[in-house]
Amino acid sequence: MAVKRRKNDLNILEKLYIPEIAKGMALTLKNMFRPRVTMQYPEVKFDPPASYRGRPVLVEEPETGERCVACGLCSRVCPALAIEVQAAETDREKERYPEKFEINMIRCIFCGFCEEVCPEEAIVMSKDYELVYTNRQDAIYGKDKLLVPVEELQDRLDYLRNFK
Amino acid sequence: MPKLTINGREIDFKQGQTVIEAAKDNGIEIPHYCWHPSLSVSGNCRVCLVELEKMPKLVIACSTLAAEGMVVHTQSEKTLQARNAVMEFLLINHPLDCPICDEAGECKLQEYAFDHGYGESRFDEMKNRKEKRVALGPRIMFDGDRCISCSRCIRFSDEIAKATQLTFVQRGDRVTIKTFPGEEFDNPYTLNTVDICPVGALTSRDFRFKARVWDMSETKTICPGCSRGCNIEMWVRNNEILRLTPRENLEVNEYWMCDWGRLNTFKFVNARNRIDGALIRENEVITKVSVEEGISKTAQAIQKYKASQIAFLGSAFATCEDNFSLAKFAKESFSANNIDFIRYVDETNQDDILIKPDKTPNTLGAKSTGIKPGNSGLNIHEIFSEIKKGNIKALFVMEDNPAAISDDYKNALKKLELLIVLSVNENETTELADIVLPAAAYAEKNGTFINFEGRLQRIRPAVVTQNMERSLDGMSMSRLDKFGTKYDSWASGHRVDAQPSWKLISMLSQKLGGKINYQTAEDVFDDLVKSNKEFSGLDYDIIGEKGTQLDSFIKVKETV
Ligand code: SF4
Ligand code: SF4
Ligand code: SF4
Ligand code: SF4
Repeated sequence: MAVKRRKNDLNILEKLYIPEIAKGMALTLKNMFRPRVTMQYPEVKFDPPASYRGRPVLVEEPETGERCVACGLCSRVCPALAIEVQAAETDREKERYPEKFEINMIRCIFCGFCEEVCPEEAIVMSKDYELVYTNRQDAIYGKDKLLVPVEELQDRLDYLRNFK
Repeated sequence: MPKLTINGREIDFKQGQTVIEAAKDNGIEIPHYCWHPSLSVSGNCRVCLVELEKMPKLVIACSTLAAEGMVVHTQSEKTLQARNAVMEFLLINHPLDCPICDEAGECKLQEYAFDHGYGESRFDEMKNRKEKRVALGPRIMFDGDRCISCSRCIRFSDEIAKATQLTFVQRGDRVTIKTFPGEEFDNPYTLNTVDICPVGALTSRDFRFKARVWDMSETKTICPGCSRGCNIEMWVRNNEILRLTPRENLEVNEYWMCDWGRLNTFKFVNARNRIDGALIRENEVITKVSVEEGISKTAQAIQKYKASQIAFLGSAFATCEDNFSLAKFAKESFSANNIDFIRYVDETNQDDILIKPDKTPNTLGAKSTGIKPGNSGLNIHEIFSEIKKGNIKALFVMEDNPAAISDDYKNALKKLELLIVLSVNENETTELADIVLPAAAYAEKNGTFINFEGRLQRIRPAVVTQNMERSLDGMSMSRLDKFGTKYDSWASGHRVDAQPSWKLISMLSQKLGGKINYQTAEDVFDDLVKSNKEFSGLDYDIIGEKGTQLDSFIKVKETV
């Protein structure tokens, strides 16, 4: 390997280092007076904007329950194969519903493809980023954990209307 | 041969063929909904419009006879425009039901909308609504909204099933499908209309909403419901069989299968009452042990019997390979001559469409692989009367259930000193058995059946047992099979601890110091080919996907 010569060697001031240290100190000092962005989590919680992609959840309507018709498109599009849907027949007008709906939160990569593909606006990305589990089984969220009342998701639904 | 030109390519056709048939024979696809190769021409869907040179207007390819020198364009500006227009018309009233429609993924309307449609709707008015979820019969659900009035289901019922049960009622945009007054759509072949309906207007009440088609693997195999041996596709998700569909074989079943075969030949494979590991009865206590231990116990128990004291039952439900192994084992280890199998013939249940009276898939196979009494050996009736007399003391039953035949047989079995059963499911006979060895079902193994006219056809594994691996055994794999791990509930469906009968017999032979030692079903078949000239020159590749007619059975074929 050929030895590469530096174009400009350090000049005398730089070689002294002291002015450079002073520059660094000045920056630190400046930042001490700027507004703080870190938070005292978990005492203080981050409230994400509507565009945030937290864990995917199912929209639950007050009267009719889940919007999901178990079409399986989210399951098909999910690049991480995180979603399992088992359809079954109901008397409701849309004929089918998810008898079983599970998202494996270890697999999910929060890409939001499921939300994008859903023809019923039934699965959306929530603001929930607190995902804690201590074994593989607990990481699989069933309908009990996935269903979230529609009013809690209004923010995201409005965001999708405007920008999707 | 006369010739015509399609898209600049000159092709041969047979006199009397239509343009669409000539094109199909030469691998040129002309879009169509209402045309079907084995139904009469209806010409109502108009999507097969093509341009003929020197003709002022476009013509439909399904009803235009091919003629010498004809020049056809299927991709010209005019054809594409017409096709788009037809698509637009069909989509005007077609509901946006794909998310809740079972046909999605194998729907011709979806495919053509994707290939030939504008991709945008100019129709702002309300769509026409019709009746949804109408049960046309015990097995068929109809959705009026989705029907595109192609009349395939009507023509199928009239022409193939020979049961005039369906008709169009009303006219114009109110037209819909109904059964005739007082009729139900319940002929033995109704589910074929689900396959040929180009859209999701007809769905199977059995399969409805069970799975998305893209989540299943498909395996080419054979229906074991009767001696016709219809060629089928077996659809599996998470190691569970969810549906069967017919597979084209013009020599055997054309494009069809019967409803009984479709609905009743796979549920016992998924069933909970599978024999899962070996069962041993000692002092009236049944214990479950490993297959290896079951084999050792069998070897210990069986070896003391002489040829005159033991009998073997092969089975027309088992493959040629299983039966051949059994016959060879009986001869080699016991010089046994008492060997036969039970026939299941129901003359009252047959027709001249597909359904045969012989309710087993492999009677000819059992016969020609040596499941018949040897020199002065006993046949099936004699075996049971000798058991009653106490002369036959041990019985080895492979994949059959003699106790269910009659109380007489059942009582005879109770007299035995030793009853060994190789079985797929728990049944009346396994209840009486001293040792039950778990046999793999037809959906879990390779093998061959010979149908009623002497056609040798292959079955292939679609479900895995404990010692199989989809990827290593060259089995069909769905996306879920490919990417699933043992931690995914959708990829770790139950696997039965069972082995094909030929394998159990081979293991038993080894234990008894015999020479039978097969590793694969193909090994067994090669041995069969060597020792039986009816099979000479054959191997699994030659049999292929559509089977092969055995020369020695040509006579059988001519008389049926
Ligand atoms: S966010 Fe992405 S990875 Fe997560 S479930 Fe949806 S599609 Fe799958
Ligand atoms: S895409 Fe939407 S409607 Fe379809 S299964 Fe997923 S959540 Fe349900
Ligand atoms: S139900 Fe299906 S096969 Fe029958 S006419 Fe309608 S679209 Fe055609
Ligand atoms: S006709 Fe016989 S082989 Fe064909 S599907 Fe019916 S039962 Fe099966």
